[in-house]
Amino acid sequence: MAEVKLTNVVKRYGSVEVVHGIDLEIAHNEFVVLVGPSGCGKSTTLRMIAGLEEISDGEIKIGETVVNNLPPRKRNISMVFQNYALYPHMTVSENLGFSLKIAGKSGAEISAAVANAAEILGLGDLLERTPAELSGGQRQRVAMGRAIVRHPDVFLFDEPLSNLDAKLRTQMRVEIKKLHQKIKTTIVYVTHDQVEAMTLADRIVIMKDGHIVQVGTPLDVFERPVDTFVAAFIGSPPMNLINGHIEADHVVFSDGNRLPVPPDFTGKLADGRQVVFGFRADVLMPKGHTLAESGVVTDLDLKIDFAEPLGSESILLSTLGGKEIQARMHNPRPVNEGEVLTCELHLEKCHIFDASSTKNLRE
Amino acid sequence: MPTRTKTVLIWLLTFTVMLIICMPGLWIILSAFRTNGEILTKPAIWIPQNLTLDNFRAIFGFGENVIGVPVSSYFRNSLVISVTSTFLALLIGMTGGYAFARYQFPGKSSTFLWLMLSRTVPGIALSLPIFIIWSRLGIIDTKFGVILVYTAINVPFTVWLTEGFFRQVPNDLNEAAQIDGCTRWQAFWKIEFPLAKSGIASAGIFAFLTSWNEYALASQLTRSTDSKTLPVGLMDFTAQFTIDWAGMCAMAVIIIIPALILTFLVQKHLIAGLTFGGVKG
Repeated sequence: MAEVKLTNVVKRYGSVEVVHGIDLEIAHNEFVVLVGPSGCGKSTTLRMIAGLEEISDGEIKIGETVVNNLPPRKRNISMVFQNYALYPHMTVSENLGFSLKIAGKSGAEISAAVANAAEILGLGDLLERTPAELSGGQRQRVAMGRAIVRHPDVFLFDEPLSNLDAKLRTQMRVEIKKLHQKIKTTIVYVTHDQVEAMTLADRIVIMKDGHIVQVGTPLDVFERPVDTFVAAFIGSPPMNLINGHIEADHVVFSDGNRLPVPPDFTGKLADGRQVVFGFRADVLMPKGHTLAESGVVTDLDLKIDFAEPLGSESILLSTLGGKEIQARMHNPRPVNEGEVLTCELHLEKCHIFDASSTKNLRE
Repeated sequence: MPTRTKTVLIWLLTFTVMLIICMPGLWIILSAFRTNGEILTKPAIWIPQNLTLDNFRAIFGFGENVIGVPVSSYFRNSLVISVTSTFLALLIGMTGGYAFARYQFPGKSSTFLWLMLSRTVPGIALSLPIFIIWSRLGIIDTKFGVILVYTAINVPFTVWLTEGFFRQVPNDLNEAAQIDGCTRWQAFWKIEFPLAKSGIASAGIFAFLTSWNEYALASQLTRSTDSKTLPVGLMDFTAQFTIDWAGMCAMAVIIIIPALILTFLVQKHLIAGLTFGGVKG
């Protein structure tokens, strides 16, 4: 059993504090993804769990052990690095068996464990090659093999797919998910790619400027972002966010357009309050091209600036309140530039954020 | 100009340049197998009339003309001094290079700069102070004294060369090894050392050749058969009125051979080391 528990963990480099007292509990066998833009402290947090960075304050527990002062080798963890970090002077087989050799296991035990890992990851034919003779995807699989061969308590992944091309990334994403189902171990995974986070995670931890902004299931953070940062960071395309102010239960935008507030906000927002109105492209759809959904709907005439056909749907770009917004068109037809379409906006799925604190007023 | 003429001209030029560069070396090797009479004949005899191994026999104490130069002792001294100082320079230089490549510490850049600047001081300029200090310490005319000087001369270059090689080994490998269960020491020996091997080998060869060929300082610091090295020993062939050119050339060949063998053995690494140094700038 290996839960990971971070309590008030701080990281300082000299006088610069980069991680500001984060708390996080990761359950046994849970797949947690730390996601955020560059410099948000996600990799530093992972490296602190690994023991590659000392923590400046707080406590990290793996299982029942406080690991603050334990070197990496005593934490029973494995890590997959962004650039694979395979030992170039060893064959695949030697790479896989290295940790067991260091642990003083017998030749027979090592061979059995290597063979098992090779079978799980389909590396059987590559065992005698050196890393230089492997493709990017194969190297990544060897790196994962090296990690699973020891049966660690916790797996750490540091942006493991960012060096791969788009197609391979999708393929490896599936493999990592399958691997987790097979080996059932606690995984902490760092990425800046929100799609990876959404597809892989049991829970997503969104970080910004050394703070944890939100922790939740992928659906949670997608549907109920705590602030405009999460709303814009999670989901593709990102949430449309338009500044405005409240006037008689309507949000009035700078271009004079107005939309009613979502039904649960009716009568709750004072006139003149500065807000940010947010909605995803999925809840704004041209009439006749919607997915059948019931709910409170308001109509909105939009002049289309541009359409991006994606096959089964199109993303329509328009302008509202001086901001570029995106709508989704199911069963698309060709749309001309400048064409005005009447769209339906599902008000229940819209969000209102406070303009100064950026917090979601629904949370 | 037709291509053929151009090629011929280039070859001719290359040959001439190579001849000028190689001539002294060739002349020494040729002279090592000739008699003093033939060497000193005027006009010079370019093509040897009869080659002989007598010079080598003489300096090793075989045959009829035994010379009183203890070449075997000098050879042993040279070997002990060069191997020991190379080993020490590598040990100190490699750990220094690793520290400069991997760790952050106050004054890192300036320490590195001073270390490199020490290379700009010509060794001979230090000979007098070293002589005075060594004689006060009582280590003048000892192998230990020479080893100490050669180690000090070789350390900065070894630090510089190995630092570059260690920096090329990604730190992730060290971290991966630590996660795989290694201590820092094990990670160094099992992962980083094998990967920086060619740099360390190059540094070793350079250090060895510097020690093996050094003359100026050794000539000040050594006096007796117990400590004199081969290059210093060469001077034993000069007497007040005569110079035994044949014996001297034979001994020069003996000096060249180990260096040549070593260079050929590790040629691949040496080239890697040299080109690397060039790229690093």
